[in-house]
Amino acid sequence: MNIPSDLQYTKDHEWVKIDGDVATVGVTDFAQGELGDIVYVEIETEGESLDTGEVFGTVEAVKTVSDLFMPLSGEVIEINEALESNPEVVNSDPYGDGWMIKIKISDKGDHLISAEEYKAEVGG
Amino acid sequence: METKKIPLNDLHEKLGGKMTPFAGYNMPVRYSSDKEEHLTVRDSVGVFDVSHMGEFMLRGPHALDLIQWVTSNDASKIVDGQAQYSCLPNDKGGIVDDLLIYRMSDEEYMLVVNASNIEKDWNWIKSQDKWDVEMEDISDDIVLLAVQGPKAVETLQKLTEVNLSEVKFYRFVQDKLAGKEMIISATGYTGSGGFELYINKNDAEEVWNKIFEAGEEFGIKPIGLGARDTLRLEKGFCLYGNDITDETSPLEAGLGWVTKFTKEFVNSENLKAQKEAGVTRKLVGFEMIDRGIPRNDYELADADGNIIGNVTSGTMAPSLNVGIGMGYVTKEHSAPDTEIYVQVRNKSLKAKVVKPPFLK
Repeated sequence: MNIPSDLQYTKDHEWVKIDGDVATVGVTDFAQGELGDIVYVEIETEGESLDTGEVFGTVEAVKTVSDLFMPLSGEVIEINEALESNPEVVNSDPYGDGWMIKIKISDKGDHLISAEEYKAEVGG
Repeated sequence: METKKIPLNDLHEKLGGKMTPFAGYNMPVRYSSDKEEHLTVRDSVGVFDVSHMGEFMLRGPHALDLIQWVTSNDASKIVDGQAQYSCLPNDKGGIVDDLLIYRMSDEEYMLVVNASNIEKDWNWIKSQDKWDVEMEDISDDIVLLAVQGPKAVETLQKLTEVNLSEVKFYRFVQDKLAGKEMIISATGYTGSGGFELYINKNDAEEVWNKIFEAGEEFGIKPIGLGARDTLRLEKGFCLYGNDITDETSPLEAGLGWVTKFTKEFVNSENLKAQKEAGVTRKLVGFEMIDRGIPRNDYELADADGNIIGNVTSGTMAPSLNVGIGMGYVTKEHSAPDTEIYVQVRNKSLKAKVVKPPFLK
């Protein structure tokens, strides 16, 4: 299982990459494997300010639906438009082209865990 | 309830199967990708281990009498070596289970039932038995492999002297395949053709391996229950627990074709009255017009937002790349091409009623 050490994670199986006051968010390799083939990513919160733990979108696999949660508080400033036509990128490149949103951080909160902690979380 | 292991559990784990509890059994839900597995069955050949299914043997001079009483289809119409799809109606208007009936001889039948209902069906049939029919539950001794897809016959033909192309749909033979005695049945739940093999559990691993050798040239793959569900749904086949339940009438579910009023059976009088009066709701298929994926339990509405029913099965159809579903709607909204609205999260998404199969 791929868990890059330079990223931060949540127990909801999302990864966060913080660059200044902007966070890029996606789902982990573990999450995409559990979900199976992703067929639809629905994110309609661009421009909204949301708190940690609030739902910012939904990811649908062939067999399951799963909500996407804000890993920290802030404004959703960008969504990955490419997922509209190619949602399967989340399966093939979850930490790269499969990113989902960018957040302008207002509060980092205390949801984030390290790669080590996440690895322990998923039994890796 | 403790989760049971099927006989080939270790083999599936070794093959990378993701094992998930289903109907009391740890079952392979996926090996690689639902979509890839789905398309393998549509285009070539794949093998499902569906050993969680239950098998009951009914024997003796009154076996048929009991079957005729508990099932809705007319089992007197089938001959030795023939199978029939049928229902076990309950006495309250719903369905105990759907099942297959195999006629081995005039005094020996095999009933194949859903895993989640093995105990319920057994108790129900026993409770209806006025003839003291000999019944045996052989579920734990049988490995059931469904070898499905357009290359299934070519694959299996290498392993048997039975001329498989002569075994017509819903017929079966008891003969050798891969050197082992088994039931070779031209049935399945995918709509892509192929066979289901009822194998003694002690022979199963050897048979599995030989099937995979024989199918190698066609890219044969193990297929999980995830793809089994999308395959059956594209063909509009009902799934017990979703599309038919203790609460749904076989007539509402569109199973009138296996509900024969030429004989008496459990609750037949009430069902006959329902047929004459007409049902008020119907199970329909629908296809999304707006982008979205219907799921079990989502509500269905009319154009004015009135709730007219609910989704019982739904998925993104891998062969069609569109959201499809089945659900119950009021009779007025059941005609093909009627626009209905699926309530997906906070949105009302347009769909239209279509007559299954979705994939022709």
